[in-house]
Amino acid sequence: MIVKEFRQVRRDHRTLGMMIFMPILMLIVFGYAASFDVKTIPVEVVGPTADRIAGLLPTPFKVEKVDAAAGRSEAEIALRDGDFAVAFVTGPASSGATGGGQPAPVAATVLVDGSQLFIATATRAAYAIFAQKAPAGTSLKLEILFNPALETSAMMVPGLAAMILLFVGTIITSLGVVRERQAGTLEQLAVMPFRPRDVFVGKIAPYFLVAAVDMTVVILAGMLLFDVPFRGSVLALGLGALLFLFVTLGIGVMISSVSDNQGQAIQLALMTLLPQVMLSGLIFPLSSMPPGVRWIGYLLPLTYFVDIARGVMLRGAPISALWPSYVYLAVIGGAVFGAATMRFRAFLAPGGGRGRGAGERSAGDAAR
Amino acid sequence: MNWGVSELTVTFGDTVALDRVSLNAPSGRVTGVVGGDGAGKTTLLRCLAGVVKPAAGEVRSPPRERMGYLSAKSGTYPDLSVEENLSFSAQAYGMPTAEARVRTEELLQRTGLAYARARLAGQLSGGMRQKLGVVRAMLHRPELLVLDEPTTGIDPVSRADLWWLIARAAAEGAAVVLTTAYLDEAERASWLLALDDGQTLAQGTPEDIASSVKGTIHRADQRPTADVATRSWRRAATWRIWTPPATEAMTMPAPDPAQWELVRPDLTDAVTVAALAREAAGHGGRRPA
Repeated sequence: MIVKEFRQVRRDHRTLGMMIFMPILMLIVFGYAASFDVKTIPVEVVGPTADRIAGLLPTPFKVEKVDAAAGRSEAEIALRDGDFAVAFVTGPASSGATGGGQPAPVAATVLVDGSQLFIATATRAAYAIFAQKAPAGTSLKLEILFNPALETSAMMVPGLAAMILLFVGTIITSLGVVRERQAGTLEQLAVMPFRPRDVFVGKIAPYFLVAAVDMTVVILAGMLLFDVPFRGSVLALGLGALLFLFVTLGIGVMISSVSDNQGQAIQLALMTLLPQVMLSGLIFPLSSMPPGVRWIGYLLPLTYFVDIARGVMLRGAPISALWPSYVYLAVIGGAVFGAATMRFRAFLAPGGGRGRGAGERSAGDAAR
Repeated sequence: MNWGVSELTVTFGDTVALDRVSLNAPSGRVTGVVGGDGAGKTTLLRCLAGVVKPAAGEVRSPPRERMGYLSAKSGTYPDLSVEENLSFSAQAYGMPTAEARVRTEELLQRTGLAYARARLAGQLSGGMRQKLGVVRAMLHRPELLVLDEPTTGIDPVSRADLWWLIARAAAEGAAVVLTTAYLDEAERASWLLALDDGQTLAQGTPEDIASSVKGTIHRADQRPTADVATRSWRRAATWRIWTPPATEAMTMPAPDPAQWELVRPDLTDAVTVAALAREAAGHGGRRPA
């Protein structure tokens, strides 16, 4: 019995691979990436006394941009566009400046992007310490934008919408095509007067619709039940969702084209989903990951759609601010979708694809 | 039209699945392909259907719109009802709705599927599912109807329904090509191709094939002695012994009339003998059961 089981496991390369791959992935994710701690907070400092304030800021603040010419509105745009999560808006040097080497008292408002929950929380803590230690006469004010109450739901609902597209797109689609292969009906479709494109579109269109409806429901429920704001344009989110769906549906079709049964498809789909959920910034902030792991996050499509969903819904960011994410999704989507269409065409063509199933069956029969 | 294959060779890697096989499938005729497991029957049909590309030779089949194909795996959707399966197929082949409805209704009634029309195909018995598969394949009146083992694992009553459907399709003018592992029912085909190990064993009408046996066949009520073991096989409760013509006069002991009775070979005997002869000639490595 034990020997039989080992033999079967050895034949099933995929399960074997998963057994080895999963612990390593878990180790990476939980060892390095799964961190809510924000160790550094990149900030922008604007306003007339920007240089002075910038010099005063202790760690974890890390001044990355100082612009004395800019003001509050520029800082808000930087936050909205996701360039920075924290900005110090400094006021003019106090008129009651004293000589005698004493620096003039300064004033600053700290603007915090509440849509980046963990950074905002860390900023609040760091701000409290800074406010105590700041030179006498410094007047400081903290303002949390976009998600003033720092509600977790505001962060999670856009992320959840993204996850739904990912799950429906990848798992449900891959199952749909594999079911056809398993039931032996794929061969039937191949001999019917359909063009490969008809089959492909017919196969994914329903899931496309389901995913779109699902996402709308989640967003509406989030807005009604949890008061999650929707500040940006529906069009901007819709475009992002469309591009992201192309990626996930394409991945789903790819998975189904290399899987013989639904079990294999689910296994493979989970292997692509888990890293995305863990490393996309959906749960753990990307900025708290060490660079060695963070770059993986930047390869994953979900990262970009989470970025778009949060940016558009919570901060009202326009497409012009989030364009790199759109471009990345479009490029990846085009590549994956193109490859999936080609695979599909191949296994509908005579003797094409991997010829698995009936093709190898007859070969096997003949060899017996 | 005369569909079929000429000098068809199919290879899967190093395995030759079909070796220069030719078969004509004229309109209105039921053409049967027989042979054991792995003889190449399914491969031949998949070539006709256009899902396998031949390595060499010619395949003559109509465009996909005018062909019907039932794969060995049945090809109906288990999670669609009987009617939904049929209407999907009717639409795929662009049948006018009214015509599709009338024809569906008639075929369902005749095959006893009508009362199960709303049942999911996955919940049908094997026989009913097979009937559904054949109805689905012939619904759009294809010119070439390719059926892979339509009657395998089916009870005699359902099998009669299936043969009615098959004969009906041929009567409507379709060229029907089907495979079967049952030689007794293969006699219902007007023309037969017997395959063994990818090669043509015999071809002709069932009568031609049955009468083409060279040598003689005897029936024995008891297991024959070891000296003829390689030339004997069991049929039901009796044994058959084949005596090749060359050895008939020379080495064979005279058949003991008390034990051996001379029989007129039928199709099953003929195909078995053909396979034995091929084996004796050094081809093929497998004894028929």
